Amino acid sequence: MTGDAHDEHDRARRFRNAALPHIDDVFTFARHLMRNTADAEDAVQECYLRALHHFDGYRGPAMKPWLLAILRNVCNAEFARRGKQEAPLERDEAGATTEELPMWQEPQASPEAVLLRQQDDATIRRLIDELPQPFREIVVLREVNDLSYHEIAAVAGVPVGTVMSRLARARTMLRAAWNVAQGSTP
Amino acid sequence: MNCAESEILLHALIDGELDAGHSRDVEAHVAVCSACAGKLEAFRAMRAAMAKADLKQPAPARLRSRIEASLPSPSTRVAAPRKFFQLSRRMFFGGFAAGTALSAAIAASLVVTVFRNDHEQTIAGEVVSAHIRSLQPGHLMDVETSDQHTVKPWFDGKLDVAPPVIDLTAQGFTLLGGRLDYIDGEPAAAIVYRHDKHIINLFVARRLGAAHADARTETIQGYNVRYWSEQGLDFWAVSDVEADALDRFGQSIAAALGPRPAS
Repeated sequence: MTGDAHDEHDRARRFRNAALPHIDDVFTFARHLMRNTADAEDAVQECYLRALHHFDGYRGPAMKPWLLAILRNVCNAEFARRGKQEAPLERDEAGATTEELPMWQEPQASPEAVLLRQQDDATIRRLIDELPQPFREIVVLREVNDLSYHEIAAVAGVPVGTVMSRLARARTMLRAAWNVAQGSTP
Repeated sequence: MNCAESEILLHALIDGELDAGHSRDVEAHVAVCSACAGKLEAFRAMRAAMAKADLKQPAPARLRSRIEASLPSPSTRVAAPRKFFQLSRRMFFGGFAAGTALSAAIAASLVVTVFRNDHEQTIAGEVVSAHIRSLQPGHLMDVETSDQHTVKPWFDGKLDVAPPVIDLTAQGFTLLGGRLDYIDGEPAAAIVYRHDKHIINLFVARRLGAAHADARTETIQGYNVRYWSEQGLDFWAVSDVEADALDRFGQSIAAALGPRPAS
């Protein structure tokens, strides 16, 4: 065994141990950015490729936000390559009925006036997917990937103050859509 | 605090990202503003509903094995690295450019400093520095007495709060005195105790970045730091005593302050 080969193997092992445990987080973020499973899988594959490539220079921050930042760049590059902002919504059976509803608009009544009811996982995911960017990614990074504001700021490349104002707006939209959804399925 | 500020900051409150001072401001605002109180309640309910749901989507097994397979492994290690990149470039997202804005995203400068992590870290660093400074000859105390009834009035007019000065001789911590210190640019009471040969500085101020009623302990530059928030005051105990002795010290202070109000 040559020293180089051994080093390469050792590096791959360290990378595997550090990066692979986060694959569900990375895939979830990819699924919400691409809104389509096949594209999400390709994006995650490319993300891990790039991460391995840059792994020697990695000195932190935490691995999860680092991977999510790479993933986000991968997706944006892909949208740029396709010459459009993002893919259309991929519909599953749960979301088939409400495509025409502008789910994220401000409601007539204030959102807090309605008592919130638990929704099933698929419905919540659909409500998130119907948020426009950049509000969608903020909600996913905070509520699903469980990142801190500083980590979200690093992933999205914006100041923490912007994270805060976007999150406030995103949750207002989501809460309104939630109310519409629970009104349509009594 | 007005409604516009509160509407942004209440999210940081829900997310546990606000320091104690700003948390109190938001809570004071929602106590008198029913509109903001309603919003806080509504967003808390939604956050709880999302936490209850299982929103993470497991990566498909085939994706996991695809990535596993493309990593250099013992059997393929000699040829793997080059081949890995060539293969994948052909197979996936052919159009990706290699250069990335990654480092820029990671290095993006962060401007807001009111948040828990940064603020706590800043304060933690400052109290340790203040502790070390206090150990230099002649810096430990402004008022030197083991009489709590002398130390306490000494702080009158020097701070916007009356820090508790507690005699813990029975618990093995001797009150030595007090001094006025500055942490993060703000005046703070430093109450000085001795345990065996070790000095303990207890820093007390109204807003000192300790947002949690439950005490936390850290080791910074070899010093143990225990910090907590109680009765509207933030406490930071710093010393080179063992962590368990510092825990006993903190608990003795808390016990002397009386029962924590139910929350």
